[in-house]
Amino acid sequence: MELTLAKALNSGLRKALESDRKVVLLGEDVGRLGGVFRITDGLHKDFGGDRVIDTPLAESGIVGTAIGLAFRGYRPVCEIQFDGFVYPAYDQIVAQLAKIRARTAGRVAMPVVVRIPFGGGIGAVEHHSESPEAYFAHTAGLRVVCCARPSDAYWMIQQAVACDDPVIFFEPKRRYWDKGEVDPGAGAPLPLHAAEVVRPGTDLTLVGYGPTVRVCLDAADAAAEEGRRLEVIDLRSLSPLDTATVRDSVARTGRLITVHEAPGYLGMAAEIGSRITEECFYSLQAPALRVTGYDTPYPPSRLEDVYLPDLERVMDCVEQSLSY
Amino acid sequence: MLTTHFPTRDPDPVQLLDPSGHRVTHPDYALDLSPEEYRALYRDLVRIRRVDAEATTLQRQGELGLWASLLGQEAAQIGAGRALRPQDFVFSSYREHGIAWCRGVPPIDLLGFWRGTAHGSWDPYRAGMANYQVVVGGHALHGVGYGMGLRLDGADGAVLVCFGDGATSQGDVHEAFTYAAVFDAPVVFYCQNNHWAISEPLTRQTRVPLYRRAFGYGFPGIRVDGNDVLATLAVTDAALEHARSGSGPVLIEAVTYRMAPHTTSDDATRYRSPDEVAEWAARDPIARLRACLEREALADDAFFADVAAEAERLAVQLRTECRSLPDPRPTALFDHVYAGPHPLIDTERAQLTAFLDQFTDRSTDRFTDRFTDRFTDRPEGPGSWS
Repeated sequence: MELTLAKALNSGLRKALESDRKVVLLGEDVGRLGGVFRITDGLHKDFGGDRVIDTPLAESGIVGTAIGLAFRGYRPVCEIQFDGFVYPAYDQIVAQLAKIRARTAGRVAMPVVVRIPFGGGIGAVEHHSESPEAYFAHTAGLRVVCCARPSDAYWMIQQAVACDDPVIFFEPKRRYWDKGEVDPGAGAPLPLHAAEVVRPGTDLTLVGYGPTVRVCLDAADAAAEEGRRLEVIDLRSLSPLDTATVRDSVARTGRLITVHEAPGYLGMAAEIGSRITEECFYSLQAPALRVTGYDTPYPPSRLEDVYLPDLERVMDCVEQSLSY
Repeated sequence: MLTTHFPTRDPDPVQLLDPSGHRVTHPDYALDLSPEEYRALYRDLVRIRRVDAEATTLQRQGELGLWASLLGQEAAQIGAGRALRPQDFVFSSYREHGIAWCRGVPPIDLLGFWRGTAHGSWDPYRAGMANYQVVVGGHALHGVGYGMGLRLDGADGAVLVCFGDGATSQGDVHEAFTYAAVFDAPVVFYCQNNHWAISEPLTRQTRVPLYRRAFGYGFPGIRVDGNDVLATLAVTDAALEHARSGSGPVLIEAVTYRMAPHTTSDDATRYRSPDEVAEWAARDPIARLRACLEREALADDAFFADVAAEAERLAVQLRTECRSLPDPRPTALFDHVYAGPHPLIDTERAQLTAFLDQFTDRSTDRFTDRFTDRFTDRPEGPGSWS
């Protein structure tokens, strides 16, 4: 069936709530309202206020109490309303959630999912368009994933809930209304931490995740008109990184560009570029390049088209890579 | 019995044993103990103080990297700890050695944390107490979440969350009070007001008595003499029962004093007067109970001698166990970071293993310290690095 990414997440959460009574959802406005993006729409009605819990407006409290619930054997799924509101919970995520398994020598599991709608492009005010994924990918003990398409949204959220480690789950909010085919009967097509080649090619590897997968696919279309065949990888998992899939691709294409909305400095592209340079040095025809947000605060929305990597900037970088 | 109404004046802290060791009565908190129970509390107090003193000594001798002493707070912790029941659960900070003692945590399991062999040595589910948590106030929310889980389960139990006066300034403690209140979580917030947060006095944290904060959140607040083990036991018992019965959270402020520096790295003479310390020494929790036991003929000289000897034996055993705590093997770095396989962790473990193998003498299965050429015993048998 065809679902929007938002509805696919909603269906995936419904499946998770149905299949394990220890799954509970926590967040601001996730109850009767169904969340500001309606990702939890209808779940409060069907599963009740004890399992779909409207919390006080305190993000540290959302994650901190989820940790306590996990101590008690629950599998909480937290919704952070917007990317820019996760920072009050940052201490609970990096100093507590990520470390409790190690602190307790494996005796206490932390199967907590923190869902974060992220990224720009929706004309929002300050703090509603950020890409904080690198902060979390840098922290041992967390798993960090990002869905880009409805089918992955449906399966990955269920895999994240079933995971015995904490998972930071990024959702590309400007793609919530994109539609795609979802086959609920098929079983998850890939493990949670596998990257996927979503368009095969031979001349250059474009790596994106979340909102930039669409940008990369558009670039591959545009390049095809010029006779260039670009390979596009949807990274899906930011930690751990499926380096093998990227390495195998770059070993064939010899060229790598990583595209993300987050600032470039110490971002995911830096890590991917460094690892691929280590592993594919003799295959590379050009340096590993990147197209990212600028190293500035996220701008007022009238400037976000300048800030966000778009088709033109990616094509410009493709030209640069091919010029080596 | 417990009220959520703001008091018209601050009542005196609940006291059942005055500083000279006389039993006093309180209209709200009766405590009827057998002679055996009185003596058991005394044994607890003396033994945990001896454990604490031994740990301080071990730190001075280089066996521990650091120690945070509970000296002066024994009654605050033993009273609260002995009010707990098996179905209850504790989330604590790093000075709660007396609480851990009451939960049956072997003293040696307290020391690994400070020696640097483990972040947490005991099984939280077996003890009914989470491992020490160092970010001040960070665990208060964990206790509330656990309490929310107890409620969802319909389980009979309560959570004791222990923190100090400094932690009450943290945002997480405010959030914990809010969440506990609106979700009616069965949580007893147990604040040991020991008057000092390293060098900062209570007046830098608050301008009102801490117990009063509870009323702003809509739950009861009680102030208790934290150096009176009978009072802390009675008050915590009542608060836990209140929480278990579904009436929601309670805040207890146990007024006590940190007799030692913040930790073994601190120098308390730089910020507080000897007169103040002497004043609190006169309210010593152990001397107070001993005076009561003697006055009321609840124990004889032989009992006191036995307890002292028992505490000495405990200290000797603790010293031996501490010195023989093994260092973790190198690749323990990678244990318990994730529940399952993880490509980055697995790769790095293999890299470290290969690196260390370069320095291993296969014929003796000993490895050379690569900087000093010293041979040291390989921590475990062949091929067991990982």
